[in-house]
Amino acid sequence: MNMLIDITIFQNLVYIVSSVLFILGIKMLGKESTAVRGNILSSVAMLSAVSVTLIDVDIGITIIISAIILGALIGSVIALKVKMTAIPEMVALFNGFGGMASFLIAWSQFTDTQPALLQNLLIMITIYIGGITFSGSIVAYGKLSEKINLEKGSLVTNILVTFFYLSIPALLIMMFAPALSIDSNFIFFGFLVLTVLAGLGFVMPIGGGDMPVVISLLNSLSGIAAAFAGLLLLNNVLIVAGSLVGASGLILTIIMAKAMNRTIGNILFVGYASASSSKSEGEQGEVKPITAEDAYLILENASSVLVVPGYGMAVAQAQHVVRELGELLEENGTEVKYGIHPVAGRMPGHMNVLLAEANVSYDLLVEPDDVNPTMDTFDVAVVIGANDVVNPSATEEPGSPIYGMPIIEVHNAKTVFVLKRSMSSGFAGVQNPLFFKENTRMLFGDAKESIGTVVSEFKD
Amino acid sequence: MEVYILLGFVLLLSIFLGLELISKVPSTLHTPLMSGANAISGIALVGALMLSAEGQIQNVLAFFAILFASINVFGGYLVTNRMLSMFKKKS
Repeated sequence: MNMLIDITIFQNLVYIVSSVLFILGIKMLGKESTAVRGNILSSVAMLSAVSVTLIDVDIGITIIISAIILGALIGSVIALKVKMTAIPEMVALFNGFGGMASFLIAWSQFTDTQPALLQNLLIMITIYIGGITFSGSIVAYGKLSEKINLEKGSLVTNILVTFFYLSIPALLIMMFAPALSIDSNFIFFGFLVLTVLAGLGFVMPIGGGDMPVVISLLNSLSGIAAAFAGLLLLNNVLIVAGSLVGASGLILTIIMAKAMNRTIGNILFVGYASASSSKSEGEQGEVKPITAEDAYLILENASSVLVVPGYGMAVAQAQHVVRELGELLEENGTEVKYGIHPVAGRMPGHMNVLLAEANVSYDLLVEPDDVNPTMDTFDVAVVIGANDVVNPSATEEPGSPIYGMPIIEVHNAKTVFVLKRSMSSGFAGVQNPLFFKENTRMLFGDAKESIGTVVSEFKD
Repeated sequence: MEVYILLGFVLLLSIFLGLELISKVPSTLHTPLMSGANAISGIALVGALMLSAEGQIQNVLAFFAILFASINVFGGYLVTNRMLSMFKKKS
């Protein structure tokens, strides 16, 4: 008995140390110069917390070892094989796994003993958050990898959304079930299934362009689920680490929502369609197409160029050829910058990762606020597969659904090239007046091929 | 009861601490921060290891809880490291 107490004290001391390491680790992860060390520090924290827990376990050692080895294998293979363009769906999947782990922990606690009122409450909350995070992340994964194409308004989506709304009163009932003397395993299993369905209904109606917000929110929820599991198990390191994840995901969610000038509630529960009264604009003017050869001639004479990438660059896998163009321009004496909008792409920082993979130095990347005031000094702005984030309606048309959203004001540059596959509108479904501006030239076709042609012109 | 209030306090303070720590993260690091946080949420592994294993159901639940959390831990740290090693500043 005495020995047992000593072990618990020792474990808790180590948990405190690893909590501190987690805190320092995540702090360092927020700065370029210290990020690598921060990640390593946090992995040391994880290793020490896990090792000290292993001293005293109830689960059979074969189960533990086989599960950890299998998990390590699967995790490492995914992490080392994943393409940088597929990072958003991988993060979504991992968010879901985190939620699932907490969901299973709470489930197991429920089967453990007849829980007291407070424990029961924590079990149900953990199951709910974990379950929603899991299935919601699976939908996010499906949408990001384009395996799920169900949109808002379809029958299946509506049914799933109904489950989501049903799940909220169900959670309240389950939380106070012992007090209401509801005591049935059958009802508990029903609740498990309902939370998973509710998660599907939570994310299904949300469109692909809003995924940066959803993925950040699910990231936050996976941490909150772990923190609640920590409350349930009376474990402080789970609480601290889970809360840190919850906070970091929340910050990213807020940054993303701000970058769209929308509230989180509007993104999750309303969407663009109902936010717009979409009056179709009559005056659109003429689109002026240009060939890659002509684009080359203009770029060759430019003294400063701003590249603005969007999701289209990821789809076309054009990041390497973009970097090549940037280098050729620099050799030619042109100043090159990359304007990155916070919600360009499908997750926070998506464009930054792609350009980093292509070896673009990160000090060349600039944010909208840095570049907008001096936009008129740029000779050419090259928009690669971005649409809504450069739509001047956001600043010029008070009736537009995206009015007020901070954009990269490329229309103020001397010349704008827009690389695009067709004239289709962006995610928000709003026509883009940029395409019809006097100083805009449209370069239609696959972004990778178009830039490839410009690059080969440069080399000749 | 008291212990729950105490730990609830820890939870709230940790969230505020996290918000303070990460509030000014540059957008270059948004993705690595998220995948790094992802790895940290694998702390559920500690919780999974603490589960009891009486009957068959509990053993199965424990196995999968450990499995999912370990995928998160290993996958999360590795991919974050891989991403961060690509961020370079040309001198």
